[in-house]
Amino acid sequence: MAIADTDRLPPATSDKAKTKTKPQKPRSNIRLYDHIVLAIGVFIMMGPLVVAFLTSTHDYVTIHREGMQITWGGNFLETYKNVLYQKGGFTGEVTGLLMTQNSLILGIGFAVGKIVVSMLAAYAIVYFRFPFATLSFWIIFTTLLLPLEVRILPSYEVVQQLGMLNSYSGLIIPLIASATGTFFFRQFFKSIPNEMIEAARIDGAGPVQFFWDILVPLSKTMIAAIFIIMFVVGWNQYLWPTLMTTEEGYFTLVRGIRNIMQQMIGADIPEYNEALAMAVLAMLPPALVIMIFQRMFIKGLVEQEK
Amino acid sequence: MEKAQFQSRWMPYLLLAPQMVIIAIFFIWPAAEAIRASFFLEDPFFGNSTFVGLQNYTDALSASDYKRTAWFTVVFTVLVSLLSLALGMMLAVSADRVLRGQSTYKTLLMWVYAIAPPVAGLIGVMLFDQHIGPLVDFAAMFGWHLQIGVDYWDTGFAMIVVSTWKQVPYCFIFFLSGLQSIPTSVKEASAIDCQSETRRFWTITFPLLAPTTFFLLILNITYAMFETFGTIDQIVKDQPGNSPVTLVYKVFRDGFRGNDIGGSSAQSVILMIFVLLLTIVQFRLIERRIHYT
Repeated sequence: MAIADTDRLPPATSDKAKTKTKPQKPRSNIRLYDHIVLAIGVFIMMGPLVVAFLTSTHDYVTIHREGMQITWGGNFLETYKNVLYQKGGFTGEVTGLLMTQNSLILGIGFAVGKIVVSMLAAYAIVYFRFPFATLSFWIIFTTLLLPLEVRILPSYEVVQQLGMLNSYSGLIIPLIASATGTFFFRQFFKSIPNEMIEAARIDGAGPVQFFWDILVPLSKTMIAAIFIIMFVVGWNQYLWPTLMTTEEGYFTLVRGIRNIMQQMIGADIPEYNEALAMAVLAMLPPALVIMIFQRMFIKGLVEQEK
Repeated sequence: MEKAQFQSRWMPYLLLAPQMVIIAIFFIWPAAEAIRASFFLEDPFFGNSTFVGLQNYTDALSASDYKRTAWFTVVFTVLVSLLSLALGMMLAVSADRVLRGQSTYKTLLMWVYAIAPPVAGLIGVMLFDQHIGPLVDFAAMFGWHLQIGVDYWDTGFAMIVVSTWKQVPYCFIFFLSGLQSIPTSVKEASAIDCQSETRRFWTITFPLLAPTTFFLLILNITYAMFETFGTIDQIVKDQPGNSPVTLVYKVFRDGFRGNDIGGSSAQSVILMIFVLLLTIVQFRLIERRIHYT
């Protein structure tokens, strides 16, 4: 977080050197300015997270008495063990570990489901000539217009009528209804040169073979990038899981944050440390995924603009 | 360029089927249901509904509560969108110019992107807490007694700060990649022609970033209106009372807590129309957008 590599002004040794380095001086000032701006930016972006993590290592009485902490509290193992293994909630059934598992199911299920469904649809739209191609495209396009949040009540009723409340499929499938992935793949397929399909056809490959042996291998990076983005989107879902899952066995970590908040309202001395530990657990996996696959993630994200 | 294509009577339909079935059941059906319900008055106890025409709309739009919420949504959306654009651009311009430590800065500035809005909200609630929050102490140094959950605009202020904080990394990533795609020759030529770094930014770099800025502006508006639900839910702590909320939060509250299905649906439809208009504007801008490179 410190400005470790701030550029120093060029050293002025002799008069001659001074005149030589003079034109560079404003450049160095600008670099110093840039490092200061970035250091402040990093402080504002990462500061709250560091404070949240360090505070979670203290016990809640200390936090209640002295406020949020910027030192190591030494209660790390106890707090995190409690959050991960202790049964909590109203039914006493749910643990942090179970919620982590549910979050993984939602994140991975959402990403995989979206990739499969949208890749197939994009393949049909780009590589086939059929009467309803344009109409299908427009129907898919309209889903981009209305985020789930604005049609939340009727969506809930539909899922209720289908008996899909408190199930993984009810959690995942309605979220796939938005067609962002289809547009990613459509754009990408269009950029693949025509020679590919012509060569494949000359070699006698049918549509299925072309898809498996040529298109899927060519899309590998794209698939990985979309997987990363969609995993984070799925993991971070809040409103839909909140409505959909009333049985605590289906709670995800992000959904669990809501219960923590509700428990804190009633408590005399809220268990700040465990609440913050939950927040840390809920943000760590998506953050790590993004850090590890940074390059791929940025490539996939920026592709949206095109 | 026309794409070489396969011919098959049934295969494209088979490929499209999963997507279409999901869209039909989980998108078209609910959207149609929202539009239908917005014209009916439903009795939550007896389950019968009466056609009331546009009454739900006029009721919703004329309620003082709605106007207040709409006004806050406008202020909230404008501030969050513009602030995250400005801060994201400022950080990206600096990150593009430094030679050492660039990837470290990038990694650290991106981190918050991964955080879910409610998690950001929970951390914000703690930082702004009356007892333990350092930001309350910080504001008190300037004589400002922040009272989140009590004072209307103090609560709104916390929402804006947390929501902007969450969105800055997104803008940063797009601006940095936009800056890095400006050809070196352009940068060098402008450096020869113009000594002033500031002037070079406003006359060369900023116009080159215009398409990215438009794109991000639309995305930021959508983010501020819809995706901040989790943040707001954490900050108002399930007891909205006197706290400001956005229109999406009100749709949720009226529908699920207030059981006012018709009114909630009418509000949904109003939001749908807004998003539709936004999309049209977006397409106009994309059509007209100028490529300098």
